[in-house]
Amino acid sequence: MKALSQKRRHPFAGVALLLLGLLITGGLYSAATTINEAQASENADAYSDPDNIEEGERLFVANCATCHGINAEGTDAGPSLIGVGAASVDFQVGTGRMPMQMQGPQAQQKPAQFNDEQTMQLAAYVASLGAGPAVPDDEYLDVDQGDPARGGELFRINCAMCHNAAAAGGALTEGKYAPSLHGVEPRHVYAAMTTGPQNMPVFSDANLVPEDKRDIIAFLQTYESQGTPGGFSLGFLGPVSEGLFIWTGGLALLIASMVWLTSRSS
Amino acid sequence: MSATKEKYTEEQYLEVDQYQPKTGGGRIANYVDTRVGGTSIVREFGRKVFPDHWTFMFGEVALYSFVILILSGTFLTFWFDPSMATTRYSGSYAPLQGLEMSTAYATALELSFDVRGGLFMRQLHHWAALLFVAAMSIHMLRVFFTGAFRKPRELNWVVGASLLILGLGAGFTGYSLPDEVLSGNGLRIIDGMLKALPVVGTYISFFLFGGEFPGSEVIPRLYVMHIMVLPAMILLLIAIHLFLVVTHKHTQYPGPGRTERNVVGYPVGPVYAAKAGGFFFIVFGILALISGTFQINALWNYGPYDPSPVQAGAQPDWYIGPFEGVLRLMPGYLGDFSLEWVIPTPWGGNSLAMPVLIPMIPVALIFLGMFVWPWIESWITKDTKERHLLDRPRNAPTRTAFGVAIVTNYMIMWGMGSNDLIATHFQLSLNDITYWSRVLFFLGPVIAYILTKRICLSLQRKDRETALHGDEAGVIQVSADGGFSEKHRRLDDYELWTLVSYDSPEPTPAQPNAKGKITLLEKFRARLNRAFYEDRVAPVSREEYLEALEHDHHEPEELPASGVGAIESRDH
Amino acid sequence: MGEHGNGDPKDSGAVIKAGEGESGKYAIDNPGLPPHRPRLADESEKVAKGAERVVSVLFLLSIIGTVVFFVGYFAIGQTEGDLQLLRVQNTLLGVGVAFAMLGIGLGVVHWAKTLMPDHEMVEDRKPLRKETEREEAETIINDVLDESQIKRRPLLRNTMIGAALLAPLPFIVTLRDLDRSEDFGVERMRHSMWDEGVHLVRDPSGTRIRASDLTVGTAMHVIPENLRTISSHGERLSEKAKAVTLVMRMNPEDIETVSEGRENWSHDGIIACSKVCTHVGCPVALYERHTHHLLCPCHQSTFDAANEFKVVFGPAGRPLPQLPITVDEEGYLIARSDFTEPVGPTYWERGNTDPEGDYAS
Repeated sequence: MKALSQKRRHPFAGVALLLLGLLITGGLYSAATTINEAQASENADAYSDPDNIEEGERLFVANCATCHGINAEGTDAGPSLIGVGAASVDFQVGTGRMPMQMQGPQAQQKPAQFNDEQTMQLAAYVASLGAGPAVPDDEYLDVDQGDPARGGELFRINCAMCHNAAAAGGALTEGKYAPSLHGVEPRHVYAAMTTGPQNMPVFSDANLVPEDKRDIIAFLQTYESQGTPGGFSLGFLGPVSEGLFIWTGGLALLIASMVWLTSRSS
Repeated sequence: MSATKEKYTEEQYLEVDQYQPKTGGGRIANYVDTRVGGTSIVREFGRKVFPDHWTFMFGEVALYSFVILILSGTFLTFWFDPSMATTRYSGSYAPLQGLEMSTAYATALELSFDVRGGLFMRQLHHWAALLFVAAMSIHMLRVFFTGAFRKPRELNWVVGASLLILGLGAGFTGYSLPDEVLSGNGLRIIDGMLKALPVVGTYISFFLFGGEFPGSEVIPRLYVMHIMVLPAMILLLIAIHLFLVVTHKHTQYPGPGRTERNVVGYPVGPVYAAKAGGFFFIVFGILALISGTFQINALWNYGPYDPSPVQAGAQPDWYIGPFEGVLRLMPGYLGDFSLEWVIPTPWGGNSLAMPVLIPMIPVALIFLGMFVWPWIESWITKDTKERHLLDRPRNAPTRTAFGVAIVTNYMIMWGMGSNDLIATHFQLSLNDITYWSRVLFFLGPVIAYILTKRICLSLQRKDRETALHGDEAGVIQVSADGGFSEKHRRLDDYELWTLVSYDSPEPTPAQPNAKGKITLLEKFRARLNRAFYEDRVAPVSREEYLEALEHDHHEPEELPASGVGAIESRDH
Repeated sequence: MGEHGNGDPKDSGAVIKAGEGESGKYAIDNPGLPPHRPRLADESEKVAKGAERVVSVLFLLSIIGTVVFFVGYFAIGQTEGDLQLLRVQNTLLGVGVAFAMLGIGLGVVHWAKTLMPDHEMVEDRKPLRKETEREEAETIINDVLDESQIKRRPLLRNTMIGAALLAPLPFIVTLRDLDRSEDFGVERMRHSMWDEGVHLVRDPSGTRIRASDLTVGTAMHVIPENLRTISSHGERLSEKAKAVTLVMRMNPEDIETVSEGRENWSHDGIIACSKVCTHVGCPVALYERHTHHLLCPCHQSTFDAANEFKVVFGPAGRPLPQLPITVDEEGYLIARSDFTEPVGPTYWERGNTDPEGDYAS
């Protein structure tokens, strides 16, 4: 390590590092794009396949039209879905929020009601109604390419105020809330950013470019996989759960020891 | 100090040197004693008696937490650098790599990730701080509800209350030191509250932050307060507190053999010293266990302080929670009428931020009331005697009810401090919780007062029943004619004494002063006095007790009647 | 105290005469301490031996705890960013110390409870003073006062009090330089880095924003472009604390209120407001895109972006200041001027007027 750190200060070290970096990035990039292009086109194909659109429409009419209208034009009970895009359907149906169990301040997450193929077909149908955010390319979901440190900074500026610094979620007005992001699939996190479900603001590609979104997802993944070094997390809720714990668990232990200490031995 | 006037003989002076210790240990002890006067210390403390009850240990918990705070805090100071100068993070925590941050935050991270045992010490320090304030609070509640603040301990109560406030100060300054987003927003709130103070507020804020918020001065200043000024003051007050405890001797619960003139318990040597000393290790052990297994203040989550970000669930440590809660409770507008007032002045108008100032009132009243309560109570009750025997809370129903009312009020503010988490975890609307809490803030204490007072009086009546007719023995008897009755077991004198030996004065009417006039203030006092004592349950008198014994003797099988007169507030 | 454990209260000295000082006051007289009940260990040496063993096992556990600590410290060593490993280390250190401490604590207390004498002792409370001593003390104080002649010479006393009152003042005055800034005073709170033509840039990247970058429903956290010209970190943070701004786009028809003089403050549904809460200054950053509500997570003041950020809930007593914006010829968002009122929490000198005329548009 010592030798390396000395050589690091060499005048040409920076140049060498830059060249090396460029070489690796270039190599990786060309490799990645070929793979991704293949996948992306495959994805795009599936979403524009007329069979899928037709099947999606059938599912839509049976399951969604009550609220969203027979042509997805929207009713009093549900908004129009024209132009919301495939990403929106993938998120709402894929996380089980839609179909909604009941009207409420906001749709609750629950086990998905449709399998992946059905979700894709529904998304294909809705996407065919009008242009909207598409399902993200796999390239931008590959967290290994993301920079968690940069993602963390973006997360704290753009997301933590609602979703909490540890992504544990938080309250909004009138019973609405920002959900916890623990265990949420990268594609759903991505889709939430591009579509702005419920009351969440939209983070369009002009606001956070796809690489930014990837960094944020990389941060979330890193955060979740790194664990909690101090011990049990107490729900990632910060000072409130810590205070609650010392007043319940901590004091219970202490009072038990006090009662034992002052009781007479038999 | 009449002892100083005593005349000593020459032999007494010489005796000091003539004593020859026999063992090595004795020689060392003698060496020290002839130089520091240990004999008198041992004579004073060696067999000093301390009463033993688990509720007396909360003060010790606070003291021991403070010792642990000093120990762990000293460790932290070796690595922590409170400077707000910027640096680029290069420690081992990957998600913050390369970020610009203050040295304070960077060294706090270094302590957590790159100093072995640093994370443990940080967690120990923080958990001990939470426990320190919690233990002080419960200790004060214990003292309040048992009436241990009465003469001659009023001043020591004030010392204790000051310790609580210093503890809050030490806690808050410590919470702010790491300079991350969470504590930075806490300081932001302090800044906003300071600025709301009329006339001086803005300048206090300037002087604290060395200019406009946040500047680059505040962390080192808080650090000096946190590691020097506040701990020194706490230490000094603890010394005074303990000195007064020794002077007064500890209070004790009423019980057989206990009187106002004695103290019953275990001697310092060896039992009490062993228990109290051992308890230090127990408190330390429990805190270490918690610190090793439960994460506290994961400051790497929050990121370096920057005025732009904020996070959901932005809360202070629990003891600042009520202050946070009462700020949330206050509406800024009543209908369309803003509570932010502008006083028109020739130089352009001065602003009064009533939505920030009004919530300071209840908190200030609670703390002020805490300081002066001993004098308020003794003024109302006209009780001027020394009180070394504690009240059982039920035997002081009005005080207990009043205390519970204040605690309820405090709890509502406290709960409001976490209303967003209550909302998400119980699927409620944040706004509804706030609306309800605004009602409960006023109504809750009233309900709590009435309920507590009724419960106390019922318990006192139950005590009377038990004293007069004994315990239910749990044995059902069938009489010859088929009736069922439960056998009662009469208490022995030791059990009985605790139930009957309390004072329950009748209200004293307004007294004329030296000029023979009854002042308005005296009338007010008399009204408070009546409120304090009118719902009284008198202790069992000797006549009643003898009558009950007589009754037993004649009809040993009969179920006792429910209560005997003499309870003025009884309504049947 | 050699007689412990024989169960006879007389030997502990722990007997009081019944009803001492309060005879006849209560239903019965004070019965004195209950008779002492011997413990198992008092009566059986076997039980006492058992207790001794328990105590020494606890002390042994303490030793094991210390060893566990050393294992955690040395065997794991530096964790170098491996947080899972750090957690293992932290747990070993914590549990090790816990055992080390609890072993000693529980051991000593168990020892005290089972083997040390458990007779309660009675000690008399002494009166805090004796009357003769009080008189003596009073005499001393009077003598001391007389000898000092402070009562006889009021001039001495009065000048001394005057001097003593004034003497601490210099120390208080020296605190004046706690704020040494050149622009000391309240005037600086009226200005931020925003000014006519200053570009809105993204926080933290500092890139300019085209109006077309904001789709409907977008909220973006922005700072003035000139903020980066400040080199001192502290000053930059202080300026940022006044300049942080939220810009959001909604359907132009959703904007309900536009008061006179603010008609050109927004651009095609894009509006901007100060992020600093008017209550006590937390960043108001939670934007709900359908209700157009902005929520402050600290004290839950809620502002309605569609109605010029007026307060709809919570403790804030004043709307958020709106930043007048427009676009430059290249389509980038720029400020029309600074905020037209001081941002952030209310302070005494804030007033409602504009004596310097800075805010005249």
